[in-house]
Amino acid sequence: MRFGDGFVFCAQSLLKQRMRSLLIVLSMAIGTAGVVLLTWLGDSARRYIVGQFQSLGTNLVIVLPGRNETRGGVPFLLGETPRDLTIADAQALLRSPAIARIAPLVVGGVPIGHGGRERDTTVLGSTRTLMPVRHLVLGSGDFLPDDAQSGESVCVLGATVCEELFGPASPLGEFVRVGNRRFRVCGVLAKGGTSIGTDLDEIVVLPLEASMALFDSPGLFRILVEARSREAIPAAVAECERILRERHRGELDCTVITQDAVVSTFDSILGALTAAVAGIASIALVVAGILIMNVMVVAVTQRKAEVGLLKALGAERATIRRTFLGEALMMSFGGCALGLLLGELGSRAVAHSFPALRGGVPGWAAVAAVLVAGGSGLLFGVMPAARAARLDPVLALARR
Amino acid sequence: MIELRAVERVFEVGEQLVHALHGVDLDIGRGEYVSLMGSSGSGKSTLLNVLGLLDRPTAGVYRLDGQDVTVLDDREQAAVRRRRIGFVFQSFHLVPRLTTAQNIGLPLVLAEVRRSERQRRVDEQLRAFGLAERAHHLPDQLSGGQRQRCAIARATITRPELLLADEPTGNLDRATGEDVIAVLEGLHAQGITLLIVTHDPGLGSRAHRQLKMADGRLVADTRRDRAAGAAAGKGAR
Repeated sequence: MRFGDGFVFCAQSLLKQRMRSLLIVLSMAIGTAGVVLLTWLGDSARRYIVGQFQSLGTNLVIVLPGRNETRGGVPFLLGETPRDLTIADAQALLRSPAIARIAPLVVGGVPIGHGGRERDTTVLGSTRTLMPVRHLVLGSGDFLPDDAQSGESVCVLGATVCEELFGPASPLGEFVRVGNRRFRVCGVLAKGGTSIGTDLDEIVVLPLEASMALFDSPGLFRILVEARSREAIPAAVAECERILRERHRGELDCTVITQDAVVSTFDSILGALTAAVAGIASIALVVAGILIMNVMVVAVTQRKAEVGLLKALGAERATIRRTFLGEALMMSFGGCALGLLLGELGSRAVAHSFPALRGGVPGWAAVAAVLVAGGSGLLFGVMPAARAARLDPVLALARR
Repeated sequence: MIELRAVERVFEVGEQLVHALHGVDLDIGRGEYVSLMGSSGSGKSTLLNVLGLLDRPTAGVYRLDGQDVTVLDDREQAAVRRRRIGFVFQSFHLVPRLTTAQNIGLPLVLAEVRRSERQRRVDEQLRAFGLAERAHHLPDQLSGGQRQRCAIARATITRPELLLADEPTGNLDRATGEDVIAVLEGLHAQGITLLIVTHDPGLGSRAHRQLKMADGRLVADTRRDRAAGAAAGKGAR
């Protein structure tokens, strides 16, 4: 049988059993849509979170005080608390050629007020370099001045904080109370910055020394280090560890992590999660495949006489096999196409309500869905088709 | 044209061996009109199936035009059925979802004949068998006689040399059966080799050569001249 004739022949037989074919196509479509949607969801979540981490900065190395030991046993120096990270430690890191910039960081919660209004905010204390290191974008005014450690009393407001304290008026040059001190507003951050847990609209940035005084804290919360390039990241980590060990009397009592390591950890965790979810969803595809097999087995039994007739008219076994396999494949590919459409629409609908996710099924998921649908059609269609091809024409044509 | 030599067909039914065909020797020449009669279980359907390559003999040789067809594989046998043998069944065996025209064209679809050529030959058959008006009807919209004519049109569209008819009038009333037999005899008159399996002695006696089977053996083989055959046929009805 020619391909076109075979196609028409299969299509006619499926149309004859319209309801049955439709239900099978639907089950295949649901399976496909499930796989595609869940894969898309997992993938979008991964992209979103990785994106968030990447927006933290470029080639970032983060130094935090304290060290988690996993060696077990009694700590070498019982009872000694780790040394604080100091501003001098931070400055010392700049000696390394692998390191381009650093931004020391302290964080705390302090009430901030202007006129009669007051609210609690998260305060970041840092230097001017925080802006390039953390990719902050200014809405108006200027960031902290270069020589911020001099303790000049200026501050940069997050967009929401600014709006709540000043309304539509420009805050530049005005004074705000932060804790028990007064700061002149020198700039406002652009609206809409977020990164992992911190809403940048809700923060106030103060000079490092002023905020350390404000919190009465002797140590730094973090040192953000920007390596010169991606390739320099391992060197930067080693340098950080070497310099800090030197400065802390040969003991490494702080932790150095890289943004890359964090990103790739999340990347692989979420990737695995996506694969697992897709795997679970593909059970639906297997079930749909088994439904196809069931329907085809029934069809072979019902159409015994037709198979016998085709053989009598000179159909080879291969032709019979191809015909029944063709029907199974048409149902699975039809279902797959419908499922892709549903998945595409579904992903757009979800993305519409959650703008952080990007709509549109990734190409590889669509390709995989088509392959899996074709594969299951083939896998579950082969047995009934072979059974049809093996039918003895004499018995198949026997009068009943 | 047909040469059977010591053909056996043995079925296993439980423990027992049933000899459906027992040492059958038969020669049928090109253009003969043969009827095959016998009580049910006599092996006549098995013989028909063997002749039509739907069944393989357990032993013996079947030569069609001098070619031993028992040794052919599935593909080659399918090709022989496609090109040289036409089947007509008691219960018509039309594909219910296909129209008259599509049913008639089915062998050409299997033979991979091109669409335009197919269309031409189907139209020819529709006209020849008086089914032109019914071309786009489904089998369940046809009368019994029309269904059998459709089946015969399908069986002969590839212009086979051999037409095997298994109780072609078994499901039809007498008048319609008469009509169908006339169609078959018309085909024979055009040169086709016709073999009809039947219960009906009246129908059987119209053939120029009558075979009788019992217990898997050919027990009678009588020939008549054409005029006598025709007269006998008319007399019986």
